[in-house]
Amino acid sequence: MRKWLVWCLLISSTLGAKAGNPACSKDTIHQAAQENTGHEQFDPGVFIMEHVMDSYEWHIMTIGETHISIPLPVILYTKERGLVVFWSSKFHQGHKAYKGFAVAQEGPNKGKIVEVDVNGEEDPSKSLPVDLSITKTVFAMMMSLILLLIIFISIGRQYRKAPRKAPKGLQSLMEPVILFIRDEVAVPSIGKERYERFMPFLLTIFFFILFNNILGIIPVPPGGANVTGNITITGVLAFFTFLITTFSTDKHYWKHIYNEEGVPWWLKFPVPLMPFIELLGVFTKPLVLCIRLFANILAGHFIALSFIVLIFIFGQINWIAGYGVSVISVLFYIFMTILEILVAFIQAYVFTLLSALYFGMAREAEH
Amino acid sequence: MGLVTPDYGTIFWMVLAFGLVFMLLKKFAWKPILNSLKNREQSIREALEAADVARGEMAKLQADNELVLQQARKERDALLDEAREMRESMIEEARDKAALEAEKVVLKARKQIENEKLSALSDIRKQISELSIQIAEKVLRKELSNAADHESLIQEMLKDIKLN
Repeated sequence: MRKWLVWCLLISSTLGAKAGNPACSKDTIHQAAQENTGHEQFDPGVFIMEHVMDSYEWHIMTIGETHISIPLPVILYTKERGLVVFWSSKFHQGHKAYKGFAVAQEGPNKGKIVEVDVNGEEDPSKSLPVDLSITKTVFAMMMSLILLLIIFISIGRQYRKAPRKAPKGLQSLMEPVILFIRDEVAVPSIGKERYERFMPFLLTIFFFILFNNILGIIPVPPGGANVTGNITITGVLAFFTFLITTFSTDKHYWKHIYNEEGVPWWLKFPVPLMPFIELLGVFTKPLVLCIRLFANILAGHFIALSFIVLIFIFGQINWIAGYGVSVISVLFYIFMTILEILVAFIQAYVFTLLSALYFGMAREAEH
Repeated sequence: MGLVTPDYGTIFWMVLAFGLVFMLLKKFAWKPILNSLKNREQSIREALEAADVARGEMAKLQADNELVLQQARKERDALLDEAREMRESMIEEARDKAALEAEKVVLKARKQIENEKLSALSDIRKQISELSIQIAEKVLRKELSNAADHESLIQEMLKDIKLN
């Protein structure tokens, strides 16, 4: 009975979300079509890219000609003009310049904020301003971090308040996950003596990735932003892993790289082939970590959006075809969403597990 | 803002925000959570160990009890045995003593009987001698009336005495 209820809820929520998304998508198409002056045709590529890419404002939907979006702060710095801060709504979806800045619509700096001259043309003589804007990705990332803070500090307080009591509420939801990270990820990969110092980082990245993955599946704000499918975010996470790995190494780790035992000497001298490959591995490990998460989440978004886009492609041919395809598309979208929930957990787990393994490898050689 | 080109603005905010949140979570969330989980596990482990120890002690106590009981039983048996032995030896002794006493009594009785017999005999002898004197007196008184008979009697008696 309960199972059945959960399924009902899941499906209805997904459908509800869908009901919101096409409305949003439709108008974005309209907008995209408008922006791509010249061809009025719906461009699925542009539509999908707009959804997965970062932007200066958080577009929710467009009704008629009115765009509904969350304005986000644009923070710019130039040598001549110093710090310039204003809301992204001043750009009017990128159509207008404000205070001599505009979002470049074409050219090599497309999508970036450039300084413009009085005619609204990009000024090639000036270099790009330092852009520290709170973009959609940054905003969504910060919101997920605030969510993390609220949830886990309240849980932490519960633990502090009643340390010997059985967990309850949110605490009992998170405790098995925390124990899983500790007992199945950290301890086997790092070892019983050293795992404790890495636990805060492992827990933080696991929940950060998990929260953002799941928020990314929800189509309405505060979800819907593509945080873990952004290569910058995953890159920074992987870089943290790289830094922690490198700073917890010992001489055995480096000896293993420069002078691996059991490797024929002619692979090390005169051409240091093996050391080179091993050294490369030091950097490729975090790089792969970064790309795996990015690609997996991005691909999930791509596929889910592609099913939605199909509705509009067929809808352009014939409205009956559009409605007909929508049934299949929505079914596939539901399937993809459920798959994405699975992927959300798997990718968070994989990233955490591999980070833990790298931390473990930083000192494994001494055994 | 390319799809695969990192954006330094995002890097800046990510490092800043993530770093800050990491520090806050480490201090206010992960530390209390992990510590209390560890403490809880430890206290459970300790409680279990204490229970094990208590159980062991209980078993030992029970074994001790058993031992004490066994010892007591053995002691009781020994006491009983001793008592039985003592009883038997007492009976034996009593029997011996009784036998000895009886013998003594018999011996004494026998002696007395002997004495009695002897005294009875001497009595009888005396009586016989008295009786014989009386008889003799009577005979004499009767016989002396006849002088001849008297003579022959004396002769006869003299003969007897000589023979003795």
